[in-house]
Amino acid sequence: MKRVYAKEEYCVGCRVCEVHCIVAHSDYKNDIVKAFKKQNPRPLPRILVEENRPISFALQCRHCEDAPCTKACITGAMQKDPETGVVTNEESRCVGCWTCILACPYGAISRNEQGKKVASKCDLCSDLGYTPACVKNCPNNALVFEER
Amino acid sequence: MNYVIIGNSAAAIGAVEGIRQIDKESPITLISDEPYHTYSRPLISYYLAGKVSQEKMYYRKEDFYRANQVETILGVKATGLNTAERSVSLADGRSVGYDKLLLATGGKPFVPPNLDMSKQGMYSFIKLDDVKAVQQVAKPGSKTVIIGAGLIGLKAAEGLAKLGVDITVVELANRVLSAILDEEAAAFVQRNLEEHNVKFELNTTVEEILGGDKVSGVSLKNGKQLDCDFVIVAIGVVPNTDLAKGTDIVINRGIVVDEQMETNVPGVYAAGDVSEGYDLIYQAQRVLPILPNAYQQGENAGKNMAGEKSAYKGGFAMNAIGFFDYPMITAGIIKPEGDEFESLIASDPAGKSYKKIVLRDDVIVGFIYLNKVDRAGIITGLIKEQATVKAFKQSILRDDFGYINFPVTERKAKMLKGGRTA
Ligand SMILES: Cc1cc2nc3c(=O)[nH]c(=O)nc-3n(C[C@H](O)[C@H](O)[C@H](O)COP(=O)(O)OP(=O)(O)OC[C@H]3O[C@@H](n4cnc5c(N)ncnc54)[C@H](O)[C@@H]3O)c2cc1C
Ligand code: SF4
Ligand code: SF4
Repeated sequence: MKRVYAKEEYCVGCRVCEVHCIVAHSDYKNDIVKAFKKQNPRPLPRILVEENRPISFALQCRHCEDAPCTKACITGAMQKDPETGVVTNEESRCVGCWTCILACPYGAISRNEQGKKVASKCDLCSDLGYTPACVKNCPNNALVFEER
Repeated sequence: MNYVIIGNSAAAIGAVEGIRQIDKESPITLISDEPYHTYSRPLISYYLAGKVSQEKMYYRKEDFYRANQVETILGVKATGLNTAERSVSLADGRSVGYDKLLLATGGKPFVPPNLDMSKQGMYSFIKLDDVKAVQQVAKPGSKTVIIGAGLIGLKAAEGLAKLGVDITVVELANRVLSAILDEEAAAFVQRNLEEHNVKFELNTTVEEILGGDKVSGVSLKNGKQLDCDFVIVAIGVVPNTDLAKGTDIVINRGIVVDEQMETNVPGVYAAGDVSEGYDLIYQAQRVLPILPNAYQQGENAGKNMAGEKSAYKGGFAMNAIGFFDYPMITAGIIKPEGDEFESLIASDPAGKSYKKIVLRDDVIVGFIYLNKVDRAGIITGLIKEQATVKAFKQSILRDDFGYINFPVTERKAKMLKGGRTA
């Protein structure tokens, strides 16, 4: 399957990917200003820039083949789509127990405690049907979306 | 091929999914004495507190059995196993033949003989029906004694506190959650529970249940007496090996299985809380009664039953749990004894947080993350890989510890592997 890969040599740590991830998961997918100003609470970014100058890179869910998070999930909310391979959390069934955080070797799941507690993670922008927003908007092409 | 699975929980569902990855056609019959659609056992305390409805407890979607072509026999107990004839007899008189059988019968509550469960007001806390019964008596202002301050006992306490029940937890150990926390972390957790009106009697145990036909209180070994309307026994869970008893199947504490989850009797597999699989950290066969282990053992059993040779290399104790929005994640050896271990600790009483990493020869063998649990899985992954962490040991306790701290080649290898974790 196609995944997002980081090229850390190209990353400058600008966090534009985080910004566009927030927009892509807001109610205002085409309007960065509204996404930031109007939506409250603001969605969490599902991509994380790790940084220790001069190195930085973006990390998000790897959509693992064996997806340990899905096997650990106590409710069955976390599932890997057998056709697309995309791992998503069905948030209405998630109880925020964080067992998936215990299981994810990439540290790619974050806690969303804005309302009902739910696990938040990259969904490869699957509901947008095109290249993930982080990849599309990285000014330095430090993220690529490809089959390897 | 004709598959039969006894059980309908994490291990059983894992097996269905494992079989169907390989064999999309052969019939699967799944038998459970619980009459419900497969549900998430850990959610029973959430159900008691009114946080989830019965439908929201389903472990898989409502069309799961149909979509996977599983014939279910629910609400009927399997009462006998004949491994020579390859058949299972049921409480309703039926007999079901199999080519491949999975025992995924889970655990049952451990009840010491001095606790008379026949008295009215005595409860276990393992099944949906247990909490449905508890619900009837858990009225605001009612009093309960919970025996055992392990995960199940404290989850019961949390649920009951939310219903306004007056709770005392009695525990033989010197601390709460002694299997997964050391003294210091346990003290944080105990204080947090006490702030939510849960009371504790530690270092003691219940000697006798008081009352006639109905519970009126308990007497403790430390001399105290506690009045109560009902008692929840949450001392522990033991493998439910009943079906295997009296057969050729080798049972130690749990049913003994190999890497394929097969027992010594060909064609008979076991997985989940009933089985004794390999513990990677202790390097021995152990019962690991946690859901992630049950699912993975079940899935692996399923694949092997369907003819693919697939090895589950083992698991280790790991838990993510929380009480009153106070989360913790722990795994492996958390209170080491012996010179070969090293512990790295960061304690912050003001922030109610605590981190401890336990190492043996620079390989992580356990950890406690209390309150600050983010990205804990990176540590779990390092335990599983048995990787040396010498190069970045100083950074592990940092709140922003991550892949950035890994040596560059290791980081790239992991991140560019394309999503294979094993
Ligand atoms: C309150 C509570 C909270 C928990 N919280 C957590 C948690 O947060 N994280 C975690 O990892 N684990 C947790 N656990 C443990 C977890 O639920 C178990 O590890 C897991 O359910 C084991 O799955 P299993 O499939 O092996 O067996 P079980 O879930 O025990 O299921 C076995 C099934 O087999 C049926 N059965 C048994 N014998 C027969 C028979 N002879 N005939 C027919 N059917 C039979 C039983 O009725 C049962 O339905 C919790 C457990 C409890 C009780
Ligand atoms: S959340 Fe973590 S474990 Fe799950 S698929 Fe993504 S990277 Fe893998
Ligand atoms: S936090 Fe949600 S998705 Fe993660 S294991 Fe718990 S229920 Fe599953």
